[in-house]
Amino acid sequence: MAAVVKPPGEPTAKPGGLRAWLYKRLPIEEFLETQLTGYFAPKNFNVWYFFGFIAIVVLVIQLVTGIYLTMFYKPGEATSFDSVEFIMREVNSGWLIRYLHSTGASAFFIVVYLHMFRALLYGSYKAPRELLWVFGMLVYLALMAEAFMGYVLPWGNMSYWAAQVIVNVFGVIPGIGPGLVEWIRGDYGIADSTLNRFFALHVAAVPLGLLLLVVLHLVALRRTGSSNPDGIEIKEKLGADGKPLDGIPFHPYYTVKDTFGISVFLVLFAIVVFFVPTLNGLFLEHANFLPADPLSTPEPITPSWYFTPYYAMLRAIPNQRLGALVLVFGVMSYMFLPWLDRSPVKSMRYRGWLSKAFLTLFVISFLGLMYLGLQLPTRTAQIMARILTVPYLAYFWLMPFYTRWERCKPVPERVRFHAHG
Amino acid sequence: MVRSHLRGAAALGLALVLATGLLAPALGSAAEGESSGFGADWESWRADTSVTDLASLQRGARDFMAYCNGCHSLKYMRYSRLGQDLEIAPDLLQKYLVPTNAKAADYIHAPMPAADATAWFGKPPPDLSLMARARGTDYLYQFLTTFYQDPSRPTGTNNLRLNATAMPDVLSELEGVKGAVFKNVQIAGADGAQVTEKVFDHFEPLAPGRMTREQYEGFVRDIVNFLDYVSEPAQAHRRSLGVWVVLFLLVFTWLAWLLKNEYWKDVH
Repeated sequence: MAAVVKPPGEPTAKPGGLRAWLYKRLPIEEFLETQLTGYFAPKNFNVWYFFGFIAIVVLVIQLVTGIYLTMFYKPGEATSFDSVEFIMREVNSGWLIRYLHSTGASAFFIVVYLHMFRALLYGSYKAPRELLWVFGMLVYLALMAEAFMGYVLPWGNMSYWAAQVIVNVFGVIPGIGPGLVEWIRGDYGIADSTLNRFFALHVAAVPLGLLLLVVLHLVALRRTGSSNPDGIEIKEKLGADGKPLDGIPFHPYYTVKDTFGISVFLVLFAIVVFFVPTLNGLFLEHANFLPADPLSTPEPITPSWYFTPYYAMLRAIPNQRLGALVLVFGVMSYMFLPWLDRSPVKSMRYRGWLSKAFLTLFVISFLGLMYLGLQLPTRTAQIMARILTVPYLAYFWLMPFYTRWERCKPVPERVRFHAHG
Repeated sequence: MVRSHLRGAAALGLALVLATGLLAPALGSAAEGESSGFGADWESWRADTSVTDLASLQRGARDFMAYCNGCHSLKYMRYSRLGQDLEIAPDLLQKYLVPTNAKAADYIHAPMPAADATAWFGKPPPDLSLMARARGTDYLYQFLTTFYQDPSRPTGTNNLRLNATAMPDVLSELEGVKGAVFKNVQIAGADGAQVTEKVFDHFEPLAPGRMTREQYEGFVRDIVNFLDYVSEPAQAHRRSLGVWVVLFLLVFTWLAWLLKNEYWKDVH
């Protein structure tokens, strides 16, 4: 990281111009040089490294469309559902803003799950990137809170019942549970007060926390630098000029590459927004086009698809308290990965077959649980979910053992890169 | 649509049989089933509608106002929006669709008071603005085509799609009255024991209506199409706009790819 910082007052802009005036008063030049043109990233990023940048773009989409929605949305038992339909029908391009926001919520999770999988695949969470990973996981938790509360706001029947089920999970905490649930809801059931506080949290409190965590995530990334598919630290192989031999300036190389990545994402995103915005009930549930009705329970009650792996775990355990414990355990396990992984190498490319097998089983169980969480809770589904919970948790908690037992391949000195074009 | 296809196929098959005289017994029963009973395949009936079919939407709007709006409202839909989207001239809209006590800019409400509706039907008839999105067009099509006579119900009718529905068979004047024939089927119960269950087999026409079967199916299809449009008035615009957005993004992606390759030539 040997970016040469020019002393202030010696700008590249011609003296007397607006740029020179500005550069004398703000560290723009230094910022661009240290963060973009002088920030070196490994040159061997593959397709898995697009998703961090895409996640930031989706965050911006959510913030901008969300602000527009708040101009027309009216929180309240009597007004929420009607105001969403008002947006869909009478606000100019309101339907587009709403679909961008609802599709954006699901897209956010798709992108974040792929981004997380990249970290599992190439050991991005390993030292020295433990805090980077922990901040990322806190972003994920904040995102879950944000998505859950946003899902309640349209006040459709699925909003109502999913809120009912998920808030009640807190009721299993011994002693304070029932009181806590009442405190969260502000009423004896999911009601007007719940809706209004969820609105406040969804549009102000959680986004502020989310933005702070994203900044911390990026600051930590800037400190350690990105990992790469070979899991080699490029900072350890510097050239005569003090720059990493396997690194290239983030700008222009990764700004143009990410522009391409984001365009591909936007094509897929636009196809959903314009042609299948409900994705057959997966992104916008059919039952949510009926207003909240405490007297009519949808069958089955399902949270949004991005929560269903954990929801399936909750339903798989007959004891509610134990089920909630497994749910929390399932979500929080990611956090401990940097300390559970004892492998001498980072990347799956150089790990033994045990790591590969456990990661494969983990992905299968995660997707399987996601599917089961969307189905009716039949006896077969319950048993299947129980079976799948085992490899899910084993991936994390047997990691200290299988990462030490397996034989790894030797890691090359320099990153593998094939120039193309 | 499915049914008329089946019928067409059966007719073609029959012609082949008459020509060859080989498979007559096998197809004879199919032809016989077609002549009186029908509906064994009702769960596969599809609405098969298109919100870009303007003529169908206009007929659907007219028929909805005539047959449904007495009880069902479309509370998120204005008469004027309907007129604009379905290209109904303002004077025609005012003359045929807007009730005398309403303005074109009003939302489409049903004249029946909710308190009376509750007294008569047990609950007020639901608003249908979003029903096509909540239940799907196939559901609505099947609901409106599977009413049958059932003296055990307070309304005298029942429905295959929504058992014990509170809605009377108000369209029987058009469709005619039909009865449902059930058969007993042995199925394995929860504990493994054999349980006898009454399963729908087919419909029997009891009294003719003013429409033929084909006419009635077309009538229902138009109403379902109209309700599909009402559930999301912007949907046709959404799709046509989407084509341009995706085309633009594809060109942009191609340019971004070329730009990326140009820069990355230097990386070895």
